[in-house]
Amino acid sequence: MEIGWVETTIGALFATVILTLWLSRGSGWLEPRFWRNAAWVSSLVMTGILVYLTMDSLNQIREGSARVPAYTVINKAIGLKRDYEKHRDIPVIGEGVGFFGRTWSEEEAYVLVNRGKLTLQSRNCMDCHTLLGNGAYFAPDLTRAWLDPKWETMVMSMTGKATKEEAMAEWLQHPDRYPTFARRMPNLHLSEEETRALVAFLKWMSAIDTNGFPDRFAGVQ
Amino acid sequence: MTEVMPKGKLYESQKLALLYFWVALALFGAQILFGLLAAWQYLDPGFLYGKLNFMTNRMLHINAMIVWLLLGFMGGVYWFLPLELGREVVGIRLARFAFFTLVAAVGVVVLVYLLVQYGPGNAFTLWFITEGREYIEAPRWADLGIVAVMVIFLYNVVATALKAKRITGVVAVLMFDLVALAGLYTAGMHYTPNISMDQYFWWWVVHLWVEATWEVLVGSIMAMALMHLLGTPRRIVETWLYLEVALVFGTGILGLGHHYFWIGTPEYWLGLGGFFSALEPIPLVAMVVHAVYDAGMHRMQTVNQPALFWAIAQAFGNFIGAGVWGFMQTLPQINLYSHGTQLAPAHGHLAFFGAYVTAILTVIYMALHQVRQADWPRFDSKLWKWAFVLMVVGIFGMSAAMTVAGFTQTMVERAIGGSTWQAYIEAQTHPWFQNGMVWRFVFGVFFLVSYLVLLWDLATIGKGRDTQAKEVGAHD
Repeated sequence: MEIGWVETTIGALFATVILTLWLSRGSGWLEPRFWRNAAWVSSLVMTGILVYLTMDSLNQIREGSARVPAYTVINKAIGLKRDYEKHRDIPVIGEGVGFFGRTWSEEEAYVLVNRGKLTLQSRNCMDCHTLLGNGAYFAPDLTRAWLDPKWETMVMSMTGKATKEEAMAEWLQHPDRYPTFARRMPNLHLSEEETRALVAFLKWMSAIDTNGFPDRFAGVQ
Repeated sequence: MTEVMPKGKLYESQKLALLYFWVALALFGAQILFGLLAAWQYLDPGFLYGKLNFMTNRMLHINAMIVWLLLGFMGGVYWFLPLELGREVVGIRLARFAFFTLVAAVGVVVLVYLLVQYGPGNAFTLWFITEGREYIEAPRWADLGIVAVMVIFLYNVVATALKAKRITGVVAVLMFDLVALAGLYTAGMHYTPNISMDQYFWWWVVHLWVEATWEVLVGSIMAMALMHLLGTPRRIVETWLYLEVALVFGTGILGLGHHYFWIGTPEYWLGLGGFFSALEPIPLVAMVVHAVYDAGMHRMQTVNQPALFWAIAQAFGNFIGAGVWGFMQTLPQINLYSHGTQLAPAHGHLAFFGAYVTAILTVIYMALHQVRQADWPRFDSKLWKWAFVLMVVGIFGMSAAMTVAGFTQTMVERAIGGSTWQAYIEAQTHPWFQNGMVWRFVFGVFFLVSYLVLLWDLATIGKGRDTQAKEVGAHD
């Protein structure tokens, strides 16, 4: 039998109750001793389970795993598809299409995405945007930003760039020049290299399997 | 209680606690100010655009909150610890040094936030300007400082208990909790390009601090407060505290899973997180039951009226803000659509206020009683009721406005619009959303007024003739 969340839950509660009762035998349930034992037992049982699940989860979200793609995914076409059995959207990784007109090696892709992540933190993106739904709510969620239709329907013609990544990079360098809404993103003085790195990061993030969040992004079929 | 100090005399530790309280209150003001600036930028996006952007105001708003609540908790512990253990805190000079260092460090961080704001995408920025990770934006050097201060704090609690040869249940819980608190903070200090792993451990600080270790810390402080405020017997208070620890850690540790629905983590978190976080309100309900019972036993009268009311507000506020507003969006079936909308700050505002602000205000009023009128039977003023009512109305108003805005986003942007950039704009320009933002600002101003009334009351209560004690209902 595979251990799922239901078994884990029942096991955790069962273990907590049984251990508490066993340790507190001899005292009534209204006595301080009973609840002191309950406090220790529940803290230790739950922490133990968390540590175990953390090791398992970290293993499953390593870059290059089934859930979190390798950084070289920036070279590939990325899309979303509806999984009608699970009723959720899943990312699909297609053929190589290059990124900024070339194919990036494993090492180069890592350096680029890493630079993107540093740029994201240094510009405090999370205090306006949400990433994987977490952050502030002053600006759009960026989980699937790479797949957003607006880059093609609006920003490419606005910036006069031929590819999506170039349009994104140009827009990110001068967001104050290309307004899309009453609220404009401030110019955070990103260098050309930083914007490319940031676009790479966004592309990589859009290929993470997020258990279907956000649901039916851009009306995915 | 082994209280040996004569009435009206304060331990050094308590004098230090007062410094903690006043700095905490000043930062509370900063939190409100930057919150209002950010709220106004929703209404007028051109306001301070490019000079003091939303992201900076918002960072200052939430960082001021974390620091002032921590200062308030530490003040609370330094206030009650000598009373609990019957002796001066060991290492009081170290504690004073830690306090002034922390205040200076906060000053430097705020100046860098305001004047530098952001830096190039490299490690230098993370170490010296900002780490850019919501709630724990503090640069790495300040992180190390916070851990050092927490370690000094923990040392003082442990050393004092050992020296007093008296480890009460409350102090044992406190020590255990402070170890977890300091340890968990270090989980938020690692850099990784992998955003899923980044957020995995980011939540160890953000969730496990706020929904587990802070709840227990505030539980310990309220336990000590209740013994002094209502004369509740130690046996009862400590049993409740153990029960609370069992329930808070029993539900909150795996309740962490409600943040692991959508960050790339495995599917089993959907079930685990949903189930355990749905149980998280249970300890909060227990606290409401206890508070109602206790207050009823005393017919809502005690030696310190404002402290009693804030203590009751704590039980209810924690339950409604953290419990009800949290439960509202905690199940994955709902969270899939409500995640990342204004429902989150609606819950955040109510919960932080209900669980933590109220607790700190309870302790501050109790401290002022001892400082100003230790020998008087009843500590009261006319003004505190105004501050209390205005503040509660202000916070509920803000949260209600954000709830309406959040439902609009949930429906228009997430459920119908497909969560795109354009769908976001459609929700943000929807009249329901926009009205919500207007009302949030209005109630924000309301809240600022209540803060000023509160400050005025805290500065004057127990001083002057008009507050001469009326000898009514002096409690046993």
